[in-house]
Order: sequence, then structure tokens, then C-alpha cells
Amino acid sequence: MVLAVSDFDALLQITLFTLGVAALGTALVFPGGVALGWLLARKRWPGKAVVETVVALPLVMPPVATGLILLKLFGRRGPIGGWLERVFGLDLVFTWRAVVLAAAVMALPLLVRTARVAFEEVPVRLEQVARTLGAGPWRVFFSVSLPLAARGLWAGGVLAFARALGEFGATVMVAGFIPGQTVTLALGIYHHVQLGQDRQAFTLLAISAALAFTAVSVSEWILRGRNRPRSE
Amino acid sequence: MKLVLERVQASAGSFALDVDLALEGRAIGLYGDSGAGKTTLLEVIAGLRRPERGCVRLGDTVLDDAARRHRVPAEARGIGYVPQDGALFPHLSVRKNLEYGRRPPAAPDRPALTLDAILSALDIADLIDRRVPGLSGGERQRVALARALLASPRLLLLDEPLSSLDDAHKGAILPCLARIRDEFEVPILYVSHAADELFALCDHVVVLHRGQVSTSGPPGRIFERIAVPGYRLAPRGPI
Repeated sequence: MVLAVSDFDALLQITLFTLGVAALGTALVFPGGVALGWLLARKRWPGKAVVETVVALPLVMPPVATGLILLKLFGRRGPIGGWLERVFGLDLVFTWRAVVLAAAVMALPLLVRTARVAFEEVPVRLEQVARTLGAGPWRVFFSVSLPLAARGLWAGGVLAFARALGEFGATVMVAGFIPGQTVTLALGIYHHVQLGQDRQAFTLLAISAALAFTAVSVSEWILRGRNRPRSE
Repeated sequence: MKLVLERVQASAGSFALDVDLALEGRAIGLYGDSGAGKTTLLEVIAGLRRPERGCVRLGDTVLDDAARRHRVPAEARGIGYVPQDGALFPHLSVRKNLEYGRRPPAAPDRPALTLDAILSALDIADLIDRRVPGLSGGERQRVALARALLASPRLLLLDEPLSSLDDAHKGAILPCLARIRDEFEVPILYVSHAADELFALCDHVVVLHRGQVSTSGPPGRIFERIAVPGYRLAPRGPI
């Protein structure tokens, strides 16, 4: 099976675009996801259970339903989309930005859950001793909690990125299928299958599988490093 | 330095601490069975647990006053805390651990808690470039003590620092603790359920039982009056 140059260019564009939006979406939610994971692991606050549930919703809801919610919120007539357009002149839905938005929203739950577990595994006693040594809350976070949770956070980030790579349902709702602008690997596979273009569909499938395999392997490798005993 | 806990009440789950104490001395021992409230009391003093009622004072400083909602945070108390396992930061080298809280003494008339003096007193000079995961239990405890001392504490809280060590390591560290008490003049509040350690190190012992003070006094008198399983009277004598 030989791919034409134009096929190769299209494949490369779709692959790079998918990697780019997944990376950008993950990067956008990473600081907030880590902060939220820490808050869930270490603090008690009113509404914690509600926030925990809302953040986990995209994991269990049909992605298309999540996409519909995003469409209503970020559409031109939606409360957030309308505001973005009025204030910044920013059009979100059916653009590449919507693909990033969908990737970010779908990546967030995995990131928050892994961040929470990573912080929970840091012994509280170490943070307490750091405080008795004169470190304020920020210094304790950056010098003790964050470095000790780092492997878990990186692994969570890579998993979230992997989830964003394969995002389909929310993306198709909020960004549609616009060749050259919003087409990711997942959307491409669906499109080619619909048109009976098996060769292109299977090529995209192979790329998707390779990327997913790599991402999950990297995440597992990071986690294995974390679980390796630190002593001796 | 006088430590006063005035009608202090604190809870940890179903456990309730309720103490009224005034402590003064070079080394005070806190004795009691598991679950007596020793660690909870240390956490209150260190600022790691908020008392629901009462007042905690160290010298002239009010650390906690629940009625007035006054509270000095743990990082501003100047109270060192060494838990049972030492709690060294595993991602930092021994040197970085020691430097973590290092600061000059607040009182200029205090003996200098210099790095060299502390390394020598605790015999850890050859460990300074090692990594924490490679240290033995006894080495960890000595580094943890040094780290706490380098922060120039006004009071040092030691929570069963020898409980996980064998007799040989205990025998090596007890004299180090005595040097901290005598040479560096850092008051020690020493928690243990080993009567021989308290007898060797402390000049006053408070016995806790189910969150309350059951008795207190010099160790010789305390351990003559209460039956201590496995306790051999004055195995070493005071150091």
C-alpha cells in the first residue's frame, strides 16, 4: 500500500494538528487540574463533594452530551461564548479553538484524579515537619508536596494528553468536521469510514494506536519509577 | 523556658485531649501508652493541630488562644519537631535537608547552633553528602535532630525518636540528646513509652492516660509509683 504525496501531507497535517490540540488542551488545564487535585487531597471545604462530582462527569457522561453542553455554553448565543465574542471578539465554536476546548474538558477529569492521588501519597508528616522548620504554605507546596508528587502529576498529564488525543464526541459537537481546521485523527477515521475509504481510515487508525500506545507506555514508565522503592 | 497549656482541649477523631499543664525544665518527658494522647499534645504545641479550647504559651508568647481566636502558625513558632521516623525529605540530599530550615538563633546569648558544632555533636559529618534513601534508621534520626537544631528552635519536640531503633543505635543517640540538652541549651519535650529513655534523659516526667494528665514528677518517683511493663529501674541512670 503506497500513499500519495497529498495523502501523506494530509496525514501529517491531521497528526500534527491532533498532537498540537491535545498538548495545548492538556497544558491549559494542567495548572488548574494540579491545584484542584491538591485542594481535593489536602483541604476540607464546603461544596468539595459537588466539585469532585462535576469534575468527574466528563468521564462518565456520553462525550456527545458533554459536547452539547459546551456548544450551549460557548456558542455565540451562549453565556460564555457570547461574552467572549463581545469582549474579545473571539469566536470559539467550529474553529480549532473549540477542538482545544473539547480536548481540555475531556482531559481534566483524568488529570484531577491522578493529581489527587499523587498528592495523597505524599506523607502529611513531611509537610508538617517542613512547617515547623519555618516554611510557609507556598514553600511547603513547592519544595515538598510538588516535588514528591511530581511523578504522579507527570503520569497524569500524559494520561490526560492520551485521552485528549482520542477525543471524538465532544469535538464533533462543538467543532464540527471542517477539513484543515478542526479535523483530528478520531474525526478523520470516522469521516473516512463513512465514505468507505478504508485505506485512509486504517492508516489513521494505525497512527492513533501508535500514539496511544506511546502515551500510555510513557505514563506507565513514569509511574513505575514512582513506585520503585526510594530506599537503598 | 516555661511551656503552659491552660485547659487545652483538642480532638482527633473519637479521641479527646484535655490537659492543664505548666512545664519548665531542660528535658521534660511525656509518658503514656499508645493512644494516651502524647502525639496529639505535641501536635498542638507545634501548631499542627488547632485546640478547640484553652491557651498555649511558650515563655511570654501566646501561641494559641482559642477564646480570642489567636493562633501563631507552625512556621512562626520556632518549635522544632522530630517525629518517630525522622521525616527527612527523601527527594533532598542530607545537606539540603539540613539547610532547609536553617536560621540564626533568635536570642544572641544562646550557644551558637553552628553547622560544624551540630555535625560534630551528632557525629554526622561524614553523612552530609549522602542521599536520604541510603541512610540507616539511626543515621536518619541523627540527621533529623540536626535539621531541627539548625532551625534554632526555642523548644524541641521529640516524638518517640528511638522507638524504631535497636539497642545499639539507642545507646548511640541518647548521649547526643543529652548534648543537645546541655551544650546547646535547647529545652526538650521528649515523648516515649520507654521508661528507661525518660529516666536517662529527663528531669521531669508527665504521665498521660486517655488524653489526660494522670501524674507528673521526677522520673525516679514516677516510675517507682507506677507499674511499667518491661521497665528495668535505672538501666543506665541519668546521662
